[in-house]
Amino acid sequence: MAEKTYRDAIREAMREEMLRDEKVFIMGEEVGVWGGTYAVTRGMYDEFGAKRVRDTPIAEDAIVGAAVGAAMGGLRPIAELMTINFSLIGIDQIINNMAKVHYMFGGQVKAPLVVRAPAGWGQLGATHSQSFEAWFAHVPGLTVIMPGTPYDAKGLLKAAIRSDNPIVFIEHARLYGVKGEVPDGDYTLPIGKAEVKREGRHITIVTYSRMLHVSLAAATTLAQNGIEAEVIDMRTLRPLDMAPVYESVKKTHRALVVEEDWLTAGMGAEIAARIGHDVFDYLDNPVERLAQVETPVPYAKNLEALMFPDEKKVVAKVTSMVGT
Amino acid sequence: MAVRRATTRKGSNGSTQERARLPVSKKEGLEWLKSMMLIRRFEERAEEAYSQGKVGGFLHLYTGEEAIAVGMMAALQPDDDVITHYRDHGYNLARGVEARRIMAEIYGKATGVSGGKGGSMHLADVSKHIWGGYAIVGGHIPLAVGLALAIQYQEQKRIVCCVFGEGATNIGMFHTSMNMAAVWKLPLLSIVENNLYGMGTIVQRASAVENIYEKGCCYGMASTQVDGNDVLAMRDAVRELAERARKGEGPQLLEAMTYRLRGHSMGDPQRYRDRKEVSEWKQRDPITRWQNMLIENKLAAPEDSDRLQAQVEAEVDEAVRFAEESPAPDEQAMYAHVLVEESE
Repeated sequence: MAEKTYRDAIREAMREEMLRDEKVFIMGEEVGVWGGTYAVTRGMYDEFGAKRVRDTPIAEDAIVGAAVGAAMGGLRPIAELMTINFSLIGIDQIINNMAKVHYMFGGQVKAPLVVRAPAGWGQLGATHSQSFEAWFAHVPGLTVIMPGTPYDAKGLLKAAIRSDNPIVFIEHARLYGVKGEVPDGDYTLPIGKAEVKREGRHITIVTYSRMLHVSLAAATTLAQNGIEAEVIDMRTLRPLDMAPVYESVKKTHRALVVEEDWLTAGMGAEIAARIGHDVFDYLDNPVERLAQVETPVPYAKNLEALMFPDEKKVVAKVTSMVGT
Repeated sequence: MAVRRATTRKGSNGSTQERARLPVSKKEGLEWLKSMMLIRRFEERAEEAYSQGKVGGFLHLYTGEEAIAVGMMAALQPDDDVITHYRDHGYNLARGVEARRIMAEIYGKATGVSGGKGGSMHLADVSKHIWGGYAIVGGHIPLAVGLALAIQYQEQKRIVCCVFGEGATNIGMFHTSMNMAAVWKLPLLSIVENNLYGMGTIVQRASAVENIYEKGCCYGMASTQVDGNDVLAMRDAVRELAERARKGEGPQLLEAMTYRLRGHSMGDPQRYRDRKEVSEWKQRDPITRWQNMLIENKLAAPEDSDRLQAQVEAEVDEAVRFAEESPAPDEQAMYAHVLVEESE
């Protein structure tokens, strides 16, 4: 198996699906001639041409809406939004059309599209450093996927493209360069299935996307101190696959959600509520959550460095939880 | 890009001096008359049902605008895609969706076109290429762009006809959609139904540009205005613009001038307009105009009109009975169609 970057894995998924099915195409800002602002689609314009790697005007409402309409009309669009922040421009189309056309018309219409966009940050300022997975995971009719590894990214994106359901696929700009084992050729992974990425018996860490890597790094450090953390990668945020989480909590009796988003009404709130309700009797502590500082993201490098959960914060939190 | 006004004056009474002979057959002429009558009578019965508490939520009546839907459907091919706003009963009826299934949907019954899951604002019949009524003002316009993209991508000869009101031309989605359609030269015909009022706001108070068709020019689109209460002028205008779109000339915009003889929706006290204006527009009723046109041109006799009215009466009566007797959706229906069940 070859080692590939998260970026390359995503490109491979799209390329293989486009070769497999001529109805699959990409549309978005700078996906074509520029080669993608995060280089995800690099080379694809030369291979597939302007019709199937389609540059759009700056108009996320029209990008998403046209992708939904094209899906209704029989195609399988992949709409790339330059960042998940810009999804707000098109959020009416995501929530009111993408999520609902199959339902409102009694099943007559399908919307088999994927809207993909990266979350991320890096002194980009408050409006370019957000993530809205909790907003989309809130909505019946949507499926929300956030892969943390190159292997998961390729398999899940292929599954998403083949799915007849409308899917929001959130990548992470700071994961694009991360390497991992990715098979050549065709494989898919099941949407709606979490995965235990590291076994352990002292605490269950529930996480996803970039925080998976932060949690795994913390788990390595914690192991040196005799604390074995079980790390579960949710991978899909709607629907949430809680079964492996519950199995884990029955063993560890402690749960911590590590998320790279604001605490209030974030994914952790939902996950914690479910754990607290469904496996209450197995918990020795309340479910804890480590999240982003509850402010807009500042520009200054030193301040931004304090914003997000990191290895040190996870180690400290777990240590305090296991200590009690 | 060529911009021209309609050859018939806004709100004219359709006198015979405007055309030498009527370029329509008796069969067509009577079909259009019946179709408009059907919409009118359907809306009247829907209004009654609402007043009796049998229909809930929002009900937006198409009364007075019938010539647009009928003229448009007469011009389009049966497999051209249609997508519209929430004042949508007329298009569905004009395209031959059964009145009983539309009434049942409005009543929220399981036998409705959308299984009772959509209601008055969300009628659709994909078998007839009607992709929905939509409740968010302008929200369906990007979808129309996408449907047109799918046609172009698959090299089909169909077009998309997207209908919205003049109020929708002030929302961002209209602009981003028209621009995108124009950049890609998509086979999209947009019909702006200008009934002069967006809810209670007259067009001059909402739009910086009063002649809505001029907004198409911003995007380099061929744009025209027509008397929307003249069913023949509608048919001719839509036919011409549809063919241009079909030939690959890019998106087209047609502003159809009309007036709704009822309020924006049920319960609208209409404080924003005076009764005198409504009466004036009643004089330009598209159905009366067409009826007179047919009679003057010896394509119909008053008895034909009476006969059609009786047929329409029976059809709508049956539709109401069907809706009243149909069952409500069972509880399981609430959970259906949230997601597509994957076959794998």
